[in-house]
Amino acid sequence: MSIEVRSISKSFGSFLALDDVSLRVGDGEFVALLGPSGSGKTSLLRIIAGLEEPDRGTVHFHGEDATQRDARERRVGFVFQHYALFRRMSVFENVAFGLRVKSRAERPPESEVKRRVTELLKLVQLDWLGDRLPSELSGGQRQRVALARALAVEPKVLLLDEPFGSLDARVRQELRRWLRRLHDEIHLTSLFVTHDQEEALEVADRVVLLDRGKIVQDGTPEELFEKPASPFVLDFLGSVNIFHGRVASGRAHLGPLSVDYPEHPQAESAPASGYARSWEIDLARDGGETGGFLATVRHVSVSGAVVRLELTPDDGAPLKVEISRERFEALGPAPGERLRVTPRKVRVFVGEPGRE
Amino acid sequence: MKAPRSREPRAVRLLLIGLAFATIALFLLVPLAAVFVEAFRNGAGAWLSAVSDPDARHAVKLTLLVAAIAVPVNAVFGLAAGWALGKFRFPGRSLVLTLIDLPFAVSPIVAGLVFVLAFGRSSPLGGWLTRHGIEVVFAVPGIVLATVFVTFPFVARELVPLMQSQGTDEEEAARVLGAGFFTTFFRVTLPNVKWALLYGIVLCTARAVGEFGAVSVVSGHVRGVTNTLPLHVEALYNEYAFQGAFAAASLLTLVAFAAMLAKAFLSRHAGEEAP
Repeated sequence: MSIEVRSISKSFGSFLALDDVSLRVGDGEFVALLGPSGSGKTSLLRIIAGLEEPDRGTVHFHGEDATQRDARERRVGFVFQHYALFRRMSVFENVAFGLRVKSRAERPPESEVKRRVTELLKLVQLDWLGDRLPSELSGGQRQRVALARALAVEPKVLLLDEPFGSLDARVRQELRRWLRRLHDEIHLTSLFVTHDQEEALEVADRVVLLDRGKIVQDGTPEELFEKPASPFVLDFLGSVNIFHGRVASGRAHLGPLSVDYPEHPQAESAPASGYARSWEIDLARDGGETGGFLATVRHVSVSGAVVRLELTPDDGAPLKVEISRERFEALGPAPGERLRVTPRKVRVFVGEPGRE
Repeated sequence: MKAPRSREPRAVRLLLIGLAFATIALFLLVPLAAVFVEAFRNGAGAWLSAVSDPDARHAVKLTLLVAAIAVPVNAVFGLAAGWALGKFRFPGRSLVLTLIDLPFAVSPIVAGLVFVLAFGRSSPLGGWLTRHGIEVVFAVPGIVLATVFVTFPFVARELVPLMQSQGTDEEEAARVLGAGFFTTFFRVTLPNVKWALLYGIVLCTARAVGEFGAVSVVSGHVRGVTNTLPLHVEALYNEYAFQGAFAAASLLTLVAFAAMLAKAFLSRHAGEEAP
């Protein structure tokens, strides 16, 4: 079933959480709502679930207006950030809850409840923990119980609010891959909220990036990476270096850097900023080439397969550069040494720098 | 958690521990013992006849009746207050929170007087009620009202902070799973606070049974009609019927013991409910 929100606005007091947001999630799609805290992503999810009422705008399920429908009638599966398991009920009873509270006419018989719950607990690989209380489980196990509970009522859509937010890094990675596989199996229309770009890009078919109550970009992970719509998107999706300067006559002069910029052929100059991702920069010993610029190595931090360096150009702010370990070993740079820095890709945005 | 071993010299430790025990003995154990010594001074037979005296029996019955009305009223009110104040933010919330504590701040005598003024024959409300054959002041309804007033905060004060700290996550989860208001309340909200609720009820009961000041003002002290157990104790005491007074007092003390045991048991469970 598809989800569609049209022109949703919502404020809390004087804080505008969502500002005329429209979004469509197609049947069977897996979409991530990504954004920094306070961007309105959780509010949007809660409005879709019916836990919050929008000030303006409508929510449609499968083309039908559901804005006036109460949360209990929307048939959405909701997974809460802090699990929200019923603390006085066993794992089994938690999962069974949605079946047990159905009206007498719809309620399945006890044997059916038992079969369904056991099946779901098997699906989340916790069938051996049915008698435990939520407090006796680990974070990752609780989150899987919460997921099984949400799936028990056979929801038409699945909404997940920072589902892995309170788990440690290893469990988080394992669980999100597992969630992706689960989605590939059951094809349930899913929308999940996260502030972790890595998580969004790894798991989702499509990523919707929110900032201050507005959608700033909506696309596949590749699109977000290759064609970021704004400096904010670029900055949010990973470590970038910013070079401030001006563009004029088809060329951008950005501090130590100078690149072609045919989009601005006018002679009249305009302020602009260039962005280079820290892993899209080459380092080399200075051999008198003309490309790039010279900078002094300040810091080297070796962590796993990637080596992070901090360099200061002769004029300008410090740079962050990531190179592979092999490249690092071949180059062998030491702090204090001067290296030639050549960004492989510089994205130029014309205009006063926004939020940096 | 294990308490760290004290580094104080042995003598200091013994002195401090001894002082603590001496204080408890002086202020709690000696008076408590005195109650039972006086109650049984003339033997168990005299105690039995004192507590089975018709006035004493009526006082016990009245006290139980008042508690049987006041405690459920406050349990229901406390739950409603805990739910509304703990789970929601609304204008006037802090005012209601302050008002709930009012009975703690007001002297019970004043609380009693307020009811006399509001429901006495000279007030418009009291006059109207009297014309319709309902006596509130110097009658059982007044005693119930005064007791409800005095015990008002006990349940609510236990539940408001607990329900606030538990948040509304589980209720929201129940709602998206299709549960209606009552289902959610009885299957999720109530089980989550049941021990704290019982704890509040025990405190409320102990106070309702033992309340003297407010009840004393509204009761009118008609023996065998509007005397509760604490008032009965006072009446006997003022007549120098010490043995009877202490016999009745021993009943109240037993209620207090029972409440303390229940409290100790419940507070252990109530601690588990904190998230």
